Amino acid sequence: MKILKTLTTSVAALALTAPAAFAEWQPRKPVELIIMAGTGGGADQIARLLQGLIQKKDMSPRPFIPINKPGGSGAEALSYMKGKEGDNHTLLVALNSFYTTPIIQEELAIDVTTFAPIGRMAMDTFLLWVNSEREDITDLDSYVATVKDADGAWKVGGTGSGQEDSILTAMMEKELGYDVIYIPFPGGGTVAKNLVGNQIDSTVNNPSEQMEFWRAGNTKPLVQFNGTRSAPFEDVPTAKEMGVDIEYYMQRSISGPAGMDPEAVAWYQNLFEELFNSQEWQDYCKSDGLTCDEWISGDSLAAFHEAQLKRHVELIEAVGADSITSK
Amino acid sequence: MSVRTAELMMGVCTLLISLGLMWSVTSNDLTVGWIEGRGPGAGMWPFWLSVGMALASIWTLVRWMRGVTAESRNTEPYIDPETVFMVGITVAAIFLLLVMTSVIGLYFSMMLFLLFYIKGIGKHPWPITITVVIAMPVAIYMLFEVALNKYLPRGWPFFENIFLHIDDFRYAIFS
Amino acid sequence: MDSILSLLAAGLLQSFEPLNLAMIFLGCFAGLFIGAMPGLGSVNGVAILLPVTFLVPPTAAIIFLAALYYGAMYGGAVSSITLGIPGASTAVATVFDGRPMAQSGRADQALMAAAIASFIGGTISVILFTGFAPPLAAFALKFGPQEEFALMLLAFATFIGLGGDDIPKTIFSILIGLVLAAVGFDIISGQPRLIFFDMVEFQRGIPFLVLAIGIYGIGEMIWTLEHTKGAIQMHKVDFGWKKIKQNLGRIKDYLPVSTMGSFLGFFVGTLPAAGATPASLMSYGLAKSFSKDGDSFGKGNVAGVAAPEAANNAASTGSMLPMLTLGIPGSPTTAILLGGMIIWGLRPGPLLFAESPDFVWGLIGSMYVANFVTVVLNIALIPVFIRVLAMPFSILAPIIFILCVVGVFATTDRMFDTWLMLLLGCVGYLMRKLNYPVAPAVLAIVLGPLTERAMRQSLIGSQGDPMTFLERPISLTCILIAVALVSYPLVANMMKKRKATSAAG
Repeated sequence: MKILKTLTTSVAALALTAPAAFAEWQPRKPVELIIMAGTGGGADQIARLLQGLIQKKDMSPRPFIPINKPGGSGAEALSYMKGKEGDNHTLLVALNSFYTTPIIQEELAIDVTTFAPIGRMAMDTFLLWVNSEREDITDLDSYVATVKDADGAWKVGGTGSGQEDSILTAMMEKELGYDVIYIPFPGGGTVAKNLVGNQIDSTVNNPSEQMEFWRAGNTKPLVQFNGTRSAPFEDVPTAKEMGVDIEYYMQRSISGPAGMDPEAVAWYQNLFEELFNSQEWQDYCKSDGLTCDEWISGDSLAAFHEAQLKRHVELIEAVGADSITSK
Repeated sequence: MSVRTAELMMGVCTLLISLGLMWSVTSNDLTVGWIEGRGPGAGMWPFWLSVGMALASIWTLVRWMRGVTAESRNTEPYIDPETVFMVGITVAAIFLLLVMTSVIGLYFSMMLFLLFYIKGIGKHPWPITITVVIAMPVAIYMLFEVALNKYLPRGWPFFENIFLHIDDFRYAIFS
Repeated sequence: MDSILSLLAAGLLQSFEPLNLAMIFLGCFAGLFIGAMPGLGSVNGVAILLPVTFLVPPTAAIIFLAALYYGAMYGGAVSSITLGIPGASTAVATVFDGRPMAQSGRADQALMAAAIASFIGGTISVILFTGFAPPLAAFALKFGPQEEFALMLLAFATFIGLGGDDIPKTIFSILIGLVLAAVGFDIISGQPRLIFFDMVEFQRGIPFLVLAIGIYGIGEMIWTLEHTKGAIQMHKVDFGWKKIKQNLGRIKDYLPVSTMGSFLGFFVGTLPAAGATPASLMSYGLAKSFSKDGDSFGKGNVAGVAAPEAANNAASTGSMLPMLTLGIPGSPTTAILLGGMIIWGLRPGPLLFAESPDFVWGLIGSMYVANFVTVVLNIALIPVFIRVLAMPFSILAPIIFILCVVGVFATTDRMFDTWLMLLLGCVGYLMRKLNYPVAPAVLAIVLGPLTERAMRQSLIGSQGDPMTFLERPISLTCILIAVALVSYPLVANMMKKRKATSAAG
């Protein structure tokens, strides 16, 4: 039956030679889901999960195809999106380098506020992790003491200079008054593995990247950078509780390129809202420590992006751009 | 051009390319030296490797002058006329294939390319030509687009729209 | 051990269920076909997995995947041998001897050797996987940037003597490969490097495949065009039971190198970030270094086909290990698989073996079966592959050119890269005519980024102290072996000379 129906509609479309004859905009070719980070990290996991859910629930007439473009802390992905202006079949799975990379790499001349805001899927958090074998480190205080003792030789792993975890690391250096060595790795998964293998001493990872190692008892979180303690880390204190003034979130949102058709934007907004409210997505949020209480899209998401952008300009100013890039 | 001249020119070219690479690294403001406490800077790897390329090129040029390499003593033509024609026409055809792909899309330009090569160069009979010209795009479409979920270039919007109707049929059948 | 055997038995039993067995056949066939396409490897094949996933239960899906994976690995050798185009980076080393063998009319022997060696590699690695997964995972964790760097040095060391007899040209070839590998954003500093003519397309770097398909696809085809003047390459297709028996008798020629390659491949494959490509290169290099007639390598020595094929198959099994036990992908294919597993509600990680034994052992069981099915399928299809070579060149060539263009585009999604492929292919052809070896450049572009990144990560960690590479036992061992490998030919040469002089005196 479905074949017959599509046949008749496509014949009708041929007759009218106007795709506008369709009542509602729908993708007519595969949709590229551009990920601004490497494989195995939080953004990658989310994009691949969303792709699977869309296909499983038959929510789109055309498939979604995740493509990793991790180069230059997301600069590669952002440049790609810039070149796709007016395209209705490309989406960006954004994280905080969405804000930081255009600030740090001004020469890219990318204005993310022009991008079409589709929807915010979740607010992710960061925790400070160390290997469980470090018995001398039990809380933030002993951590700070040990790092200071190391006298600048403490190794922190991260996903790249200028990525959000490098900013958070710089914020910690400033607030807690110590110096560390920041070593970039390709992707959050690799960082996690290097922590388990004791190649690095600590890291700020998202929960999804450390979850399995934590459950297996290989690594332990010391502090979370949420405003309030969030599941499943009810036992882990927040930085604010410890008297350290750092609160930092990672947004997980979907954006279209600048100049996307309003009808297309509306269609994607509906699709992702439906995904956001699905049981599978909410379950994933719960198990991976993501906050998925509120669906934001359209103008309110644009306002959110603007506020975050402003905040990141201030943050980078405060820690100094030199401390997060290493030229 | 003899093989001897060709080797000289290639040596000069590779030397110039190496120098160009070195210039590219320094003009981009990349650190080519060792950063105290951090190890090599971002430009160290490409810069010093380019220096190595330049030295290797000079070495080749010296060997050419001394006539050490077999090529430097070879005065036969670098590419004989028959090959120039054969290779030239092939490269030109691939070049056109790529240009046309951006205009009328990969599938239509592929058919023209095959037609030209099999009929024009190979002088094969029509039945074989037509079979390949039709079967190849169909096979590519089935493998890459249907099975592997790829979206191959369709050219300008006008040609893309024509193709989207074919896609509509395909999604009706295979989804 | 008892528990492992019973779990394995259950896993094997599982793979003999009708649905799962059907999945194995389907997967092997699809994989073989995809792998044989220039440019397409198991990464692309996995893309067809996702839709299948929603039709069958997770275990059947993973079995399909394992079969596909094996199929693609075998298939990569097919295009390397028959067309001279490495299907994926893992099959580059197979071209070196596979192509000359096919050109001298021994394509059937080469294909047979590739199939058998792959089977040996697959079997040995899956046995190792079964028996030693947890300790190996622990070993893999000990591999930090220093060890990765030392391993890369080892890979380069195995390649001494691979280049031509013209030393400066060989050096140039290696160096330009390494420099091209540095194009794009620098991962350590985040700065753009070598963005030629300020074209944004270079920000992403030059993918290995563009160079490999340019040089081996376009360049090789032009080369063949020049030498055959468009004539038919091979006339006779003769492959029957007699041939198979004859070829089976030759196994002893390459059994030792296949075994060596299998162990090496598996261990290198288990290390995250390394993967099957360095493994196959190292295996080829070692086979050549220790062969009695090393000079015949690159001119059609059957051991030169078997060694890398055994290693890359073993390594692809090995790379499943970090994915399953650590949740990090050792190869791009496993990265995509990782996404699939999350959808199935399976979380790759240290607890996977304990929490989802059905899944893990179903996968391992199906590896045994898939490996067997693929070798049979592959041998049965050899006549078909050889028939490709009997096609008139003026039909085969345009088809290959189109496959090259499509293969590059499908992997990188950019028309820009197809232009780059054409350019590099032509330049490569012109240089090859002047006795510049092209293989070192192709290898360097694969290993270059890994080497540079590992070196700089190590040095940042050690605060710029280069002794860090010698202070760590595994890294030190690798470096010592590398030094030994480099000096071995020199020492051997000296010994020969001394013997000669003493005999004369």
